Amino acid sequence: MNRFAELLDRLAYEPGRNNKLRLITGYFREVGDPDRGYALAALTGALSFKHAKPALIRDLIASRTDEVLFGLSYDYVGDLSETVALMWPKAALAAHNNPPPPTLTEVVTTLRTLGKTELPKQLERWLDELDETGRWALLKLVTGALRIGISARLAKTAAAALGSKDPHEVELIWPGLAPPYLDLFAWLEGRGEKPVNRDPAPFRPVMLAHAIEETDFQNLDPADYIAEWKWDGIRVQAVAGRDEHGHITARLYSRTGEDITGSFPDLVPSLRLAGAIDGELLILREGRVQSFNVLQQRLNRKVVSPKLIKEFPIHLRAYDLLGDDENDLRELPFAARRARLETFIGKLGDPRIDLSPTVPFASWDALTAARADPASAGAGEDADAVEGVMLKRRDAPYLPGRPKGQWWKWKRDPHIIDAVLMYAQRGHGKRSSYYSDYTFGVWTAGADGDELVPVGKAYFGFTDEELLQIDRFVRRNTTEKFGPVRHVVHEGDKGLVLEVAFEGLQRSPRHKSGVAMRFPRISRLRWDKPPRDADRLETLEGMLKAEVAEIEA
Amino acid sequence: MRPQDILLPAAAGLCCKPGGFHIDPVRPVERAVITHGHSDHARAGHGAVLATQETLDMMRLRYGENFAGSTQAIRYGEEIRLGDIRVKFHPAGHVLGSAQVAVTCKDTCIVASGDYKDAPDPTCTPFELVPCDVFITEATFGLPVFRHGDAADEVKKLLASVALFPERAHLVGAYSLGKAQRVIKLLRQAGYDAPIYLHGAMEKITHYYQSRGIDLGELKPAAGMKKAALAGTITLAPPSATSDLWTRRFPDPVTAFASGWMRVRARARQRGIELPLVISDHADWDGLTATIAATGAGEIWVTHGQEDALVHWCKSQGLRAQPLDLVGYGDEEESETPLQGEAEA
Repeated sequence: MNRFAELLDRLAYEPGRNNKLRLITGYFREVGDPDRGYALAALTGALSFKHAKPALIRDLIASRTDEVLFGLSYDYVGDLSETVALMWPKAALAAHNNPPPPTLTEVVTTLRTLGKTELPKQLERWLDELDETGRWALLKLVTGALRIGISARLAKTAAAALGSKDPHEVELIWPGLAPPYLDLFAWLEGRGEKPVNRDPAPFRPVMLAHAIEETDFQNLDPADYIAEWKWDGIRVQAVAGRDEHGHITARLYSRTGEDITGSFPDLVPSLRLAGAIDGELLILREGRVQSFNVLQQRLNRKVVSPKLIKEFPIHLRAYDLLGDDENDLRELPFAARRARLETFIGKLGDPRIDLSPTVPFASWDALTAARADPASAGAGEDADAVEGVMLKRRDAPYLPGRPKGQWWKWKRDPHIIDAVLMYAQRGHGKRSSYYSDYTFGVWTAGADGDELVPVGKAYFGFTDEELLQIDRFVRRNTTEKFGPVRHVVHEGDKGLVLEVAFEGLQRSPRHKSGVAMRFPRISRLRWDKPPRDADRLETLEGMLKAEVAEIEA
Repeated sequence: MRPQDILLPAAAGLCCKPGGFHIDPVRPVERAVITHGHSDHARAGHGAVLATQETLDMMRLRYGENFAGSTQAIRYGEEIRLGDIRVKFHPAGHVLGSAQVAVTCKDTCIVASGDYKDAPDPTCTPFELVPCDVFITEATFGLPVFRHGDAADEVKKLLASVALFPERAHLVGAYSLGKAQRVIKLLRQAGYDAPIYLHGAMEKITHYYQSRGIDLGELKPAAGMKKAALAGTITLAPPSATSDLWTRRFPDPVTAFASGWMRVRARARQRGIELPLVISDHADWDGLTATIAATGAGEIWVTHGQEDALVHWCKSQGLRAQPLDLVGYGDEEESETPLQGEAEA
């Protein structure tokens, strides 16, 4: 475990892709089976065990340290696992016969079988046995928060480099492999046959789009592209395949390859033709696409009740076909895959799965008009669920990752308001010890004239340079402190105006203002604007429109 | 006599009224007693300055000949009377020439420890524990997350990285006074005998260390070296230089930073450090608490850094404790701004 922790530690600081690869490949070369296999699983997000809750970690540290000192430390460090790893006081162990620190394999295999009640004692033992870096890595691992800036793709590329193989080869057999990947490493080291992918319904790594910029259009020919609506749902891959007995297995994957079939049992019966569909998960009521706010009611549910299924009927809108029965279509150009998709959906003939229509256009101006008004460009009553258009090259094969110049997303302009900074709080993680969480408000009529009412909170959207500027402003203009929260001056002629961009609004009884924003972020700092000229609550209420009624319906 | 009648915080710094002097004043005063040569403690423009020979030399290097009206050198263990007050200097183990100042009036002894560390340092006299009634302690690393470990292990990490990336240069950010020389000496003790390169800003002070009999091996200026010739080498530079244009003269540099702040990952990442080295010239949490307990002092005054946590700890141990309201030594707000407060830690 300590050796794996050391790798994670180095990776966390290393910015260069090639140096990261060198570090990981070096680790695979140096460390034997099965530890390196579990490391590969950890780096690719393929480990599965029940994660420990942060509350459990808090209880552990509370039993060993002073509560006030822990509070001050956590506020300073800004990361629970790291704070605990750093301040963990080891139990006084006997000087001899100390158990050796656990190996990664030991940790992973123990966690898989450990009962909930045994977990705290086991964690405590490990924390005593490991060094600081080991404790940090262990806590990140057990809480499922192993974010170290490594993509699964990069880890697989590092593994491929061990045997000088093309990473794409590893990618293709990956769905059939399982930790600790003994067969994979045997093949990579020339000791065994190439493993075969036997999963009947494997996930295919998804292809992603770049956001298009104004300046990109001049180099693009409209004739090379097919346009579709960009739906405001969630991207999924619906795969069905026959196992060795000829039975159909169906699975629904998120864009990261997470199996989310369990959350959408109502879609499974519709996936009865062998194939792999790339599409958008939506809620349809009486044939009409509902907003993302509505879809949200079905996300991340552990229990899917019949009531939920009835009230929020799930739907798949298909836009690509990656596999048709036994045939892998990914090498075909998009136009050919689209034709196969249309045939496939027609053959399937299922009301829960339909085709995402293309948007015909002859020039970029025509597409600009369609994007500005989807309702009259074919989206009809579904226009509210359109968040822009997608452009896909007719000749593009389906390539995993985000290849340049193949797919573009062109979102509709976000909503924008000017709000006033009211409170600031220190950030976590990368931004710990900077004031980087901002609560902002807009004007409304109060008992004693106009007053600011908080309407949202944003943590990003600004550059590092802007962060320093806001941080300085907060420190110099604090009027009161409540624990980690600073009350920042906000009067008609004193304060900072933030331009806030957001994707949507919904009514919220939990907020004092009565509205909640979706995906708010700081788009600009308006040092030039006096707070009194910031927007009013009425402006937001005007934007609310009918979206709200849908959820309550 | 009450301790606050002997020493009291004032705008210019810690003031000893009966003795007629200030300790580490941040504004020009008539008579100043200086604990060590770092610029936030040792400022120019005082009437008379009492300090160790090394501290006086460092002030002269930084500010020129006329940095004070008059100077007086004092040795460790030496005692001087100023009115009713006796002043005695003891090693603080922070940097070369650093001292704790014991101020005694009748039978009450207050130790103003300045910046100190109880960890071994081959470039200065080790910290000496001074029993006292009131102990004034710094709190730069006054949180239990700060545990510094063995500096020799951190230097091993640096050498392992040099071995792993022989085609790259290693740039080690380190405060020019004290930290840089300690890192060089630790590299030598770890058996590294290749020339070590220096940023121009640290040549003068490093040569001063050598002139005081501290053997640092072969040192060369980084300026004027061909880029390719710096592959596989180690260069020491002030922390601010490791993130500016100056680094372009090095082949694909690995940026390291030797500082106690490197214990916290976010701090290293915020500065774009690839190789954090936890090497500090301040006592860590265990050092602070052990020292406080060992002085036998019943009352603790806590200054610059994380006062809250250390005051809380003292009280939980049954000691009287209070934060001392002193400004100008990298207070909490400042120490959060990466490029200033951290530079010295």
